[in-house]
Amino acid sequence: MDITNFLIMKQELLLTLITLFILVSEIFVSDKRRIIPIAIVLFGIHTLFGFLYNSYGSIFGGMYQNSELVNLMKNILNLGVFIVLLQSSTWLLKEENENKISEFFILTFSTLIGMNFMISSGDFLMFYLGLELATIPMAALVAYNTYDKKSSESGLKLIMSAAFSSAVMLFGISLIYGQFGTLYFSELLSADMTSPLLILAFLMFISGLSFKISLVPFHFWTADVYEGAPTNVTSYLSVISKGAAVFIFNILLFTVFRNIVDVWSDVLYVLAILTMTIGNLFAIRQTNIKRFLAFSSVAQAGFILLGLLGTNELGMATVIYFILIYIFSNLAAFGVVSSIENNSGKLNIEDYNGLYHTNPNMSLLMMLSLFSLAGIPPLAGFFGKFFLFTAAAQNGYYWLIFIAVINATISLYYYLIVVKAMFINKNDSPIEKISNNWYMKTSYIICLIGLIVIGFYSDIFEYINQISIGI
Amino acid sequence: MDFTYTIYIVLIPLFAFLVNGLLGHKIKDSISGVFATLALGVSAILSYFTAYNYFFKVGKVDGVYEKITAFNTTWINFTDKLHIDLGVLIDPISVMMLVVITTVSLLVHIYSLGYMKGDEGFTRFYAYLSLFTFSMLGLVVATNIFQMYMFWELVGLSSYLLIGYYYTKPSAVAASKKAFIVTRFADLGFLVGILFLSFTTGTFDFITLNENASILAQAAPLGFMGLSVLTWAVILIFIGGAGKSAMFPLHIWLPDAMEGPTPVSALIHAATMVVAGVYLVARLFPIFSAVDPIALEIVAIVGGVSSLFAAIIACTQIDIKRVLAFSTMSQIGYMMLALGVSGMGEEGTGFMASMFHLFTHAMFKALLFLGAGSIIHAVHSNNLTDMGNLRKYMPITHITFLIACLAIAGVPPFSGFFSKDEILVAAMNHNPIYFWIEWAVAGLTAFYMFRLYFGIFWANDKKHDHAHESPFSMTLPLVILAIAATFAGFVPFNELVTSDGGFLDIHIHWNIALPSIAIGLVGILVAYIFYKKESSLPSKMEKSVGSLYTYAYNKFYIDEVYMFVTKKIIFNKISTPIAWFDRNVIDASMDSIANITNYFSDKIKTIQSGQLQQYITAFIAAVLILVFIFNYLIS
Repeated sequence: MDITNFLIMKQELLLTLITLFILVSEIFVSDKRRIIPIAIVLFGIHTLFGFLYNSYGSIFGGMYQNSELVNLMKNILNLGVFIVLLQSSTWLLKEENENKISEFFILTFSTLIGMNFMISSGDFLMFYLGLELATIPMAALVAYNTYDKKSSESGLKLIMSAAFSSAVMLFGISLIYGQFGTLYFSELLSADMTSPLLILAFLMFISGLSFKISLVPFHFWTADVYEGAPTNVTSYLSVISKGAAVFIFNILLFTVFRNIVDVWSDVLYVLAILTMTIGNLFAIRQTNIKRFLAFSSVAQAGFILLGLLGTNELGMATVIYFILIYIFSNLAAFGVVSSIENNSGKLNIEDYNGLYHTNPNMSLLMMLSLFSLAGIPPLAGFFGKFFLFTAAAQNGYYWLIFIAVINATISLYYYLIVVKAMFINKNDSPIEKISNNWYMKTSYIICLIGLIVIGFYSDIFEYINQISIGI
Repeated sequence: MDFTYTIYIVLIPLFAFLVNGLLGHKIKDSISGVFATLALGVSAILSYFTAYNYFFKVGKVDGVYEKITAFNTTWINFTDKLHIDLGVLIDPISVMMLVVITTVSLLVHIYSLGYMKGDEGFTRFYAYLSLFTFSMLGLVVATNIFQMYMFWELVGLSSYLLIGYYYTKPSAVAASKKAFIVTRFADLGFLVGILFLSFTTGTFDFITLNENASILAQAAPLGFMGLSVLTWAVILIFIGGAGKSAMFPLHIWLPDAMEGPTPVSALIHAATMVVAGVYLVARLFPIFSAVDPIALEIVAIVGGVSSLFAAIIACTQIDIKRVLAFSTMSQIGYMMLALGVSGMGEEGTGFMASMFHLFTHAMFKALLFLGAGSIIHAVHSNNLTDMGNLRKYMPITHITFLIACLAIAGVPPFSGFFSKDEILVAAMNHNPIYFWIEWAVAGLTAFYMFRLYFGIFWANDKKHDHAHESPFSMTLPLVILAIAATFAGFVPFNELVTSDGGFLDIHIHWNIALPSIAIGLVGILVAYIFYKKESSLPSKMEKSVGSLYTYAYNKFYIDEVYMFVTKKIIFNKISTPIAWFDRNVIDASMDSIANITNYFSDKIKTIQSGQLQQYITAFIAAVLILVFIFNYLIS
């Protein structure tokens, strides 16, 4: 075995090493708070390495595969996780978390390893293993605030509904195996999947993935879990976990299920309308900012499906591009929310009244991120959404785009409610001035740059589009 | 000869505007003023250089001044055919205008150094002045009608800014809005005209339009009321020009525009912007004369009516700037009329006379305004009743003002005589009625100008405690302009600026010149008798003409007519119902969409119950429904 085989799996191997390193160092480090910089620096190095010394190919008899596109997806996730880690510092430094700081990193990295395996999988078994590795530690993360009833409750809800969705999905996979006797994607490429049994299998399979992406009507867990989980875990769930699921969804639809594109575009059509509309209708009514962002992220997932409906390389590229932008937009918003929660404990939208007068910079960042989520030019979110619509338009889904535009308008309404609260509404006792540590500030700056630059720097999209052609 | 450098004539004022506009708060007042003045000085020198080269060295090819596109760039490219260019067109009228604009603007810049000294918004004032000069220069050098339209609007904007310069004064704000809205309203005609014109001819370009004018006019399809589309196009364009040039009945903004600082009135509302309408007609003159004759007839009638109308009002006003404003309107009426009665080539006396008068008028009217500014500066009032006897206090202002009055009254050998004479000749050749109207107006002009002159400088033995001659920076432009107003009549316009660029044979027609000199002298004489010394004659005269005086004093109630039409008819009968429709139908339907959305949002909230068993039921139900749909309904 020469070194290139290691390089193919470099992301997972490095992450495993980092995880083990933190596990061990926990024993030797007396001041547990020092684990935070260690973990962040190590992960930063890992993120950088993601771009270097790449080698592509498949190993383990095709169970694991890596390509430029897959590697790019992992890099995007790494970038997001890096921001999440920076943002969790304030929360982890709190007294009650002092003894379990390393747990957070170990669990987060474990789920990330799972996601990487999931994206890199070459057959359904590997995919399933990755999925479970990404889900089970996630439940522990959600229940991280052990003494908080809500946190425990949402951990339980997540693990139970995830178990159920896994069961349904596995049922689907077993039907596929029963029909063809193989689980390798490469061998299933030419398989005829049009029989009712296989459509049943396909639907069961994608309902499991829809659960991860929280598409309506598989989204019910989202709001409860997002609300109960610690804010930084929520941001991890809503951005990274969802992003990874979208990536593998993307890959599978364009490879294994390519032959039944007619079926799955109809399914996605229905799910897209449901997801956008229901997500928005729920988002309008929320008073808790975390639930609000949860439903907004449900609605965003509906928009992502529009890109998948492009059903070609362009569609694929627009989805990846959108996720990249979505990471910056959503993490900026969650960063502000978590900073406010950790400093003042306030989580209601009306608590944000008058925020601009005390925390102008955070308010501006929050505004930019919400505008980006709403898709207002010239922020990156506009370009992301615009390309998604373009992808759907080239296949003639004009009615769907029409519905999406209406939903985008509704979403603008509720995003503006938050902006209005921060800038216009008066408040006698606004949230006091918050001074963020430099971890937080760094994450804000990264997000800000991402929000503004990605839309204008067209090479990024060109690059994604170009490497998507190979798939 | 390469004229590419002419682009800098336009760009230098823009640069001055940007510097003073963006960095003004960091620059000392005195520096910003001097900087803007120097910048304009460079522009002016370049303009003179261009004029010298064009008129006397290279412009003439085979005895005809040709049109040169000195600079051209495509700004927006829609299709091969539809593109918007920006450029510099050099031809006799544009070069003449470059000289006029940069000269008057430079003198106004110098003058304002003294006049605006110590004013709070000094740098802002200079920034606006530069912006205006840039816009006006861009307008006159436009290579195509679209560029002209853009700069046309910029000119309107900078005029708005300058009229409302004293923005704490409600009357100035009202006047600036009035000027902007009225001219903007007229510009709607201009825009529609441009669309008609370019749609019919397929081009924006002036050279293409003018060279093929007769072919285009014949090819144009019939439009409305028996006139071709092209005829309607030029009539609509003329509406825009009439608005900018304050022609009846779109003149109502001009008297109010005197709320701006006096140097601004001199630059914008006497010498440059208000003649933009005349320039527009002159620029498109080949088209105007190629289409149905009714178009030029309208120009002539509007010009004639305006000149008579404004002259009568001017006789009654006591605010000296308003007298000058109406006088300006009257003189522009002359120019319009001259264009309206003109033909092309050999018949082009009117065109030449109009441009000639534009040129001389710019000099003596700028002089009058700057003189008025000097007087206002001294007595701190605009009212004739507060003045009198000022000749003893302000000798230079007195003499220069007298020269300007003689020029506008058409007394030889001052410049106004020559240009007015040519207009009267052209009017006589076309239709004697026009001649007699303008002949009467010439008398009125002499009368009201000398009414002003005697009223300001003689009239009584009033003592003025604070009145004194203005500083050098203000008297210098007066002297320069006085020299120009005296000798501008000797510029051989028949050689330089004609409708087809060729030579036009003219000479003084004594049968026309003598009556016009006579009526001018009569006007001066009457003013002398009435106003040289305090007397009861004027009030007796007012009583004897009775209601005519009251009508004229109230500007024939045109403002009130406008108020009636806008408030009583447009606002009440049209706007109110539309507003109702907007509130109760459009807004209401939007509101109901929002309410429906909210309603559904409220209804579905129960499905998010927080109970896990329900979530899982929904999950499995969704899978089953999807399976049912895709396996049994479709397929």
